[in-house]
Amino acid sequence: MTAQPPMRSRPWPAVNEDTQFFWDGLREGELRIQRCSQCASQFHPPKPRCSTCGSFDLGYAVASGRGVVYSHVTFHKPMPSGFDGPYNVSLVDLEEGVRLVTQVVGVSPEAVRIGLPVALEITEIDEGLWLPLFRPTQQDGE
Amino acid sequence: MDSRLSRATAITGIGQTEFSKRSGRSELRLAVEAVSAAIADAGLRPEDVDGLVTISTDSSAETDIARAMGIPDVRFFSRVHFGGGAACGIVQQAVLAVTSGVAKNVVVYRAFNERSGTRYGRSERGQPTGKGSEQIAAGWTNPFGLLTPASKVAMFAQRYMHEYGATSEDFGRVSVVDRKHAATNPAAWFYERPITLEEHQASPWIVEPLHLLDCCQESDGGVALVVSSAERAADAPHPSVLISAAAQGLSDDQYSMASFYRPLDDFVALPEMSLVAHQLYATSGLTPDDIGGAIIYDHFTPMVLPQLEALGFCGRGEAKDFIREGNLELDSRLPLNPNGGQLGEAYIHGVNGILEAVRQLRGVAVNQIDGLRNMVVTAGTTVPTSGLILSSE
Repeated sequence: MTAQPPMRSRPWPAVNEDTQFFWDGLREGELRIQRCSQCASQFHPPKPRCSTCGSFDLGYAVASGRGVVYSHVTFHKPMPSGFDGPYNVSLVDLEEGVRLVTQVVGVSPEAVRIGLPVALEITEIDEGLWLPLFRPTQQDGE
Repeated sequence: MDSRLSRATAITGIGQTEFSKRSGRSELRLAVEAVSAAIADAGLRPEDVDGLVTISTDSSAETDIARAMGIPDVRFFSRVHFGGGAACGIVQQAVLAVTSGVAKNVVVYRAFNERSGTRYGRSERGQPTGKGSEQIAAGWTNPFGLLTPASKVAMFAQRYMHEYGATSEDFGRVSVVDRKHAATNPAAWFYERPITLEEHQASPWIVEPLHLLDCCQESDGGVALVVSSAERAADAPHPSVLISAAAQGLSDDQYSMASFYRPLDDFVALPEMSLVAHQLYATSGLTPDDIGGAIIYDHFTPMVLPQLEALGFCGRGEAKDFIREGNLELDSRLPLNPNGGQLGEAYIHGVNGILEAVRQLRGVAVNQIDGLRNMVVTAGTTVPTSGLILSSE
């Protein structure tokens, strides 16, 4: 018999050997970006092979957590379970030079714009699911 | 595709069911009705058919099509992945089979109850049950609430608007043209129901910056076509519609619907469609000036704009101006989706648009383009994609 799985308010990621480090990192308070141990090329999402130099020897770097919004949407319909609408989903460019899908929280979706500076806020959404969300770094309504 | 294959094959038959929101029939039945009609339209008998091609997600197996049709010997069967992006790729498969001599008459089909059965526009609520690469990739979008095709397209649309100054009204003009054409097509779901730009602007948000009227329909229906050699096509009942070029494209850092990690120049374009366009023109020897009409995949209106640019009908970022100048009307430079497209006629994964191009080039379409010689057809975008140039003799 297995234990009851934790409550899942939204789809959880499927994880394999190539991506385990990313999700483990969030649990440990780190946003990890895949980095080739041979040539230092960085990738997100991760790959099983460095497409720059061909190495299978891949590690990671820890991101600073600073970035800017590259694009964004406001989700209205059909409202998925686990979400309260309307909600923001954004692409954020990290200062390390990679981009990730995330949500900008702490402001209304209308306040999110391209170029908005944001900072990482790792959040436990469901018990055991940690996501890298972001929050605006400027509150002065610039 | 080598230019020697240009105009070596033709679409000799087309068949379709009615387009509805509730067919009341099995998906297999819809497929078989369309296949049956297409074979008859080509002047063939089922036993003349020796190839079957469809999109990877089609629920009707080649075995069951062959059983129902009484096709005894099938020498070629294949499927292409990535949903609507495969719409023209499945025709390319047929071209390759016929020109290589593997098969003589290949039927291409696509049928589903996409409205009354499984709806693609709904949120992906399900938890991945495996660790295939596409399920792993879903982990970079789904947990953050990017759960529908509309939401993923909206991400591209937002940045495209920012970069080029296109507006929601520019997207709306695509919807208005499609619905205008559907309004005079009795086969279209939105027959006699045109819309105005004001109605587009007033329609509810689905995922900002996409309104409801930026999103294609969900439809039940089936379509099929027959590909044979140009030589055989000469004996078919209808005027030949030659396949001048067929191409597929998958480009750098490509994902299915979520190629979000590309540099700016590629993010606001569709490099996979540029790859398709280059092949189409190189294979056919034609240029954009030779193209008199276009079936542009319109699952969501914003993606029509970068396609017009990738196909060379206007410069980068200039599609909004091309559209504002009225170039997509029936009597203008590049009539768009004269059947009403997927916003107006039906969403049959883009394959219904290929049938419209065949009717146009036979000269029997309800919204006929005058003096048409060559038409371009594109497949789904933001996924690995494909395209065709079809020509009259």
